[in-house]
Amino acid sequence: MAARDSEPPVIRPGYTIASAAREIGDLVLRRPIGWPWLMGMLLSAGLLTLLAVAVVVLLVRGVGIWGIDIPVAWGFAIANFVWWIGIGHAGTLISAFLYLMRQRWRTSINRFAEAMTLFAVLCAALYPLLHLGRPWYFYWLLPYPNTMWLWPQFRSPLIFDLFAVGTYLTVSLLFWYVGLIPDLANLRDRAPHRFQQLAYGVLALGWRGSARHWQRYESLYLLLAGLATPLVISVHSIVSIDFAYAIVPGWHSTIFPPYFVAGAVYSGFAMVLILAIPMRAAFRLDGLITQRHLDLMAQLMLAMGLLVAYSYATEFFSSWYGGNPPEWTAFVNQVTGVYAPLFWGTLFCNVLSVQVLWAPKVRRSPVALFVVSLLVLLGMWIERVMIVITALHRDYLPSRWGLYVPTFWDWATLCGTIGLFFFLFLLFVRLLPIISISEVEKLVEEGA
Amino acid sequence: MTMSWDAIRNRLSDVQGARYWQSLEELCDEPGFQELVAREFPAHAAFWESPLTRRRFLQLMGASLALAGLTACSLRTAEKLVPYVRDPEGVTPGKPQFFASAMVRDGHATGLLFESHLGRPTKIEGNPDHPMSLGATDAFMQAAVLDLWDPDRSQTVVTRGRVSTWEAFESELLRQRQQWQAAQGSGLRLLTEETTSPTLVRQVEALLRQYPRARWYRHDPVDRSALLAGAEEAFGQALVPHYRFDRADVVLTLDSDVLADEPASLRYAREFAARRRPEGPMNRLYAVEAAATLTGAMADHRRPMRSLDVGVWAGKLLARLQDGLPAADPWLEAVARDLLAHPGRSLVVVGYSQPALVHAIGHALNARLGNLGQTVTFTAPAPPPATAPFADLVAEMHRGEVQSLFILGANPVWTAAPELAFDAALRRVPFSAHLGLYQDETSALCTWHLPEAHFLEAWSDARAYDGTASILQPGIAPLYEGRSTHEVLAMALGSPTRSGLELVRETWRGAHPGTDFEAFWTGALEKGLVPGTSLPPVVPTPRGTPVAPPQAPAGLELVLRPDPTIWDGRFANNAWLQELPKPLSKLTWDNAALMSPVAAERLGLSNGDVVELRVGERSITAPVWIAPGQADDSVVLTLGYGRKVGRVAHGQGSNAYVLRSAGAPWIQPGLVLRKTDRTYPLATTQRHHRMAGEPLVQVSTLQAIAATGSMPTEAPPSLYPEVAYPGHKWAMAIDLNACTGCSACVVACQAENNIPVVGKEQVMREREMHWLRIDRYYEGPLDAPRTYFQPVPCMHCENAPCEVVCPTAATVHDDEGLNAMVYNRCVGTRYCSNNCPYKVRRFNFFQFSDWTTESLKGMRNPEVTVRSRGVMEKCTYCVQRIQAAKGDEAATGRPIRDGEVRTACQAACPTRAIVFGDLNDPASEVAALKAGPRHYALLGDLDTRPRTTYLSRVRNPNPALEEA
Repeated sequence: MAARDSEPPVIRPGYTIASAAREIGDLVLRRPIGWPWLMGMLLSAGLLTLLAVAVVVLLVRGVGIWGIDIPVAWGFAIANFVWWIGIGHAGTLISAFLYLMRQRWRTSINRFAEAMTLFAVLCAALYPLLHLGRPWYFYWLLPYPNTMWLWPQFRSPLIFDLFAVGTYLTVSLLFWYVGLIPDLANLRDRAPHRFQQLAYGVLALGWRGSARHWQRYESLYLLLAGLATPLVISVHSIVSIDFAYAIVPGWHSTIFPPYFVAGAVYSGFAMVLILAIPMRAAFRLDGLITQRHLDLMAQLMLAMGLLVAYSYATEFFSSWYGGNPPEWTAFVNQVTGVYAPLFWGTLFCNVLSVQVLWAPKVRRSPVALFVVSLLVLLGMWIERVMIVITALHRDYLPSRWGLYVPTFWDWATLCGTIGLFFFLFLLFVRLLPIISISEVEKLVEEGA
Repeated sequence: MTMSWDAIRNRLSDVQGARYWQSLEELCDEPGFQELVAREFPAHAAFWESPLTRRRFLQLMGASLALAGLTACSLRTAEKLVPYVRDPEGVTPGKPQFFASAMVRDGHATGLLFESHLGRPTKIEGNPDHPMSLGATDAFMQAAVLDLWDPDRSQTVVTRGRVSTWEAFESELLRQRQQWQAAQGSGLRLLTEETTSPTLVRQVEALLRQYPRARWYRHDPVDRSALLAGAEEAFGQALVPHYRFDRADVVLTLDSDVLADEPASLRYAREFAARRRPEGPMNRLYAVEAAATLTGAMADHRRPMRSLDVGVWAGKLLARLQDGLPAADPWLEAVARDLLAHPGRSLVVVGYSQPALVHAIGHALNARLGNLGQTVTFTAPAPPPATAPFADLVAEMHRGEVQSLFILGANPVWTAAPELAFDAALRRVPFSAHLGLYQDETSALCTWHLPEAHFLEAWSDARAYDGTASILQPGIAPLYEGRSTHEVLAMALGSPTRSGLELVRETWRGAHPGTDFEAFWTGALEKGLVPGTSLPPVVPTPRGTPVAPPQAPAGLELVLRPDPTIWDGRFANNAWLQELPKPLSKLTWDNAALMSPVAAERLGLSNGDVVELRVGERSITAPVWIAPGQADDSVVLTLGYGRKVGRVAHGQGSNAYVLRSAGAPWIQPGLVLRKTDRTYPLATTQRHHRMAGEPLVQVSTLQAIAATGSMPTEAPPSLYPEVAYPGHKWAMAIDLNACTGCSACVVACQAENNIPVVGKEQVMREREMHWLRIDRYYEGPLDAPRTYFQPVPCMHCENAPCEVVCPTAATVHDDEGLNAMVYNRCVGTRYCSNNCPYKVRRFNFFQFSDWTTESLKGMRNPEVTVRSRGVMEKCTYCVQRIQAAKGDEAATGRPIRDGEVRTACQAACPTRAIVFGDLNDPASEVAALKAGPRHYALLGDLDTRPRTTYLSRVRNPNPALEEA
């Protein structure tokens, strides 16, 4: 208790339970639709339409519309998948991991970070489906009883992936929804329109806020947090096994699981900041998402950035020290080959740019933080592309070395899922409380 | 109604296809009938004006239904079908039959067996009994089935751009024949390609007897006349050489791709490779040549040199051999010593592109070395004797002396040297008939185009290079209205009803007058050749020493060559051959101006830059492709591209015929190159050519092997127990020392396994589908590299990296060690391809297989699935052939013998570089090879345990030219 007392306050002092609840709840219940939201919605919906077109063309013509070939049989689709899954890491990390660590500052950001996780994982999950040569048979990857008496091939990392991502999506969704229940009840009680009362009422599952409710709620939430925490580590570890499992030089590496997890959390924090900073400004939430929040997230991002940099160094060291010529050739090719700009771009965005966060001034400047986060997000995307493409385009036999050149449809699908993500997120902002009302109330009650 | 029988007959002869007529009135085309047609059902029209009753409606409806069935009845001749009440002897539905025939190219036959599935020829194999095949085939033979089923083939008679009929052509001939009769055929000319067909010769002779003033000319774009002229000069008689590589210890080729583009190349390659084994006495090959050729790639020592300079160099060598004074050129000196050390066991080969004088020098060299009758024998050329030069015909045409011209098979408008202006000459001929497989450039200018029957549709006969005669039997009735050359000649002779079979039988009855003709005939058809028809050897005596040619002026030369995949352009519409990578450049779908790296650097050119090539007055533009190993002052362009007809051929490449000259068909000095500012995309299947420090192709020298012994290879240790394969254990060994890179195996695989073509754009996007590819690596200096070929099919790894990563178990191992691909189960994650270190897997990025073109359906191998979009595919070791053999094994109880299962690539290979068999049979050839000293696994240290492994390449360099 003593430690907590000495902490600086998590939210700006002066909130009462009623004012906090009103400030968050009114964003959904009373606030009119503003121009920024509308413009954002239009843009996202436009990109979403592009995605729809790209998917229809893909289904009609085949994956040949992308730039993939032999040797580079995986391209943007898999890189984007890995990237989106990575982004989806921060939400659960913030809500579950920090919850278990009793980090109270998570309260202001966990709700939208969890929403971000869900939407990012949804975007990610599209790719493994779409990239199949015959996507309509995707269910053959599922272990279901069938007349062929065939199971999936359980040794394949793609099957591990399916389970890892599926579990993560399910647990994240549950965790998010359980956390929402008291807030939904709050909205139900405060909603001015009958329709809203009904909708939130149904979703609130009859929550009355009795002590027994709270007792059960708390233990369920703790349990789910306990379940979700290892998943944060496992999902990207398993995604990385898609690569580490293969014998392709540049993929076949034991460092990949921790390296991928660090990168994932890194990009996730960047995305949280990218969402938090404009939202904070647009909805004047600086009382709830304070400079301290930004500072703490920036510190975490910096820590992750250093971990990622360490992973790069380890990669380099093991290619050299391992004494395996194909590994070394692959590394040299990564650094000097056709796709070397990807490597140097990654270094710049992921290692160099984040170093400015050592300065407390930068950590507290929303604009600077936003720019750094954008760079990190871009850097992580470039890194994913680099991992997928550079290793494949030159493997063992020089006769089969080739190139990968993304086509219009590659870009369209990438932009399309970004559109899908923001479309869902903007809907979320209008329909659900972006900050947990009940937890903020608790903070106010505890006098934080 | 008045009718004229003549009018009716005329009308019937004008129509094309099956025309159904209802009445004689219709045929007369009376106006009254026209009106009747317009009203459709005039007698019943009144019904529709009166209110329709239900009863009447039902009556009409019933009648319509009943009559609708009648429309299915046609007035074709009744053909009697016999159902399989009892199976015809020897035919089991589902089991293919094989028939012997032969394919003719440049007039020479190569024996083959075609595989027929219930009457559909689907695949071609070599004829082991035929001296020019020895069981092997080349890429052209493999691709012939696609020509047969090509939907672009000419399907009907055409006159002056309008569809017509054979009957109309016959009536036109009737008129023509009256004119010929009157003028003793003075305006009648016959133009064919080079031919050795006894039936054709007999028919032409008959025609010339009937019309004594008619004349016969031959024209073939692949002009080998220098061979005969050279022999004439050396020996005083026109002879053709036959090389005996089996007897030669030291071989020198002078501008010759003798292992690839001679009529006897299949045999030569076999015999050459047989002497290439380091276990036996191994031969040594020197190549002096301008273009980089397959023969040059096999050479132990190769010297790039302008084609124009080869004669001078040969003259120096001859002088060196004759006077014995050491030459200044150490290379020449070393070659000379080596040749002199092997009298009677050496061989000098001169390419057909060299002028007669150089051939004469070659003969003198062989005579000096005592090789005549030893390593090189001679026969007279296969009959018929040469005709007057083609240029004479064109001159006659220009002078207007030709009234009727038959062009049978050739395409001279496109292939004739432009200075002859054949097209203008042809326009002056009032009656010209062109018989061809396609409506091509020539048929467009002829008054009649006649569809030719493909050789798999028609009876014919031909002689091989050594004179051995074969009877060509058809595998299927003509798909369209095609007729053979013999049938058209029979028409010209006034007996239009004679079938090709009768005509060919008549020829052979004449040659074999005995009472046992039927037995002779059946035997010849069965065996695919007529025994005892090879030409007797002639022992020529040299006439003095030829004088070496003068030194040609320095500067760029243009070397024209037949294309390695589409030859002189006759296969330009064959998509298999278009997409077959050229063995050395690995280009597909285009030709290019090939030049050496030095020349390209000098001119500031890189791959794909478009240059203007000018020889004298004429010029074309072509993209540049850098060909390491080519002579610096030679620019090589292959024939056959730049076609203007055919959906496949159209628009691909540059037409080298424009630069051809009638006097010097192959080599021309004074080439001027000008760089344009354009570039042209070229589609290659291999972009990197050096082995990045890894011993992918293991190379050693004979001397090194002798010094150090074998190069043992061991499988790396493994933590996992060995898997037992109690039944069969299939495996393949590929001898890199025997592979010449000819690529017949690639097309054989394509034909056997229904592999689709993807087109140039998709090749450029690295999506070609060949299950078997031939990697080509260079080693050593850029301007004179050593070239190695490595055929790469699926390795069928015992520890297959592809299998563990497939999420749906679509690629699995079977109990005989095959890495099987289950197309039905594949969802297309492509993970297997990523994890395949050999990159042998191919993915259907789009719907590459043609599911709609009717004729192509007939071509496909019914034993192999036609794949759909979105699935992975790869080499199966021709599992359908293994299964067929196992079926026989199960039915007869007799175990599968070694060599009974032969993969398509193995069967096609001229040099027997590919050996397939059962490792569990210790006596099998493949087991013996794998136990041998040269055996190694590609990327063996990955511990994939590949079942396809290699035998290393061994060179036999001259110690005087190469430090060990």
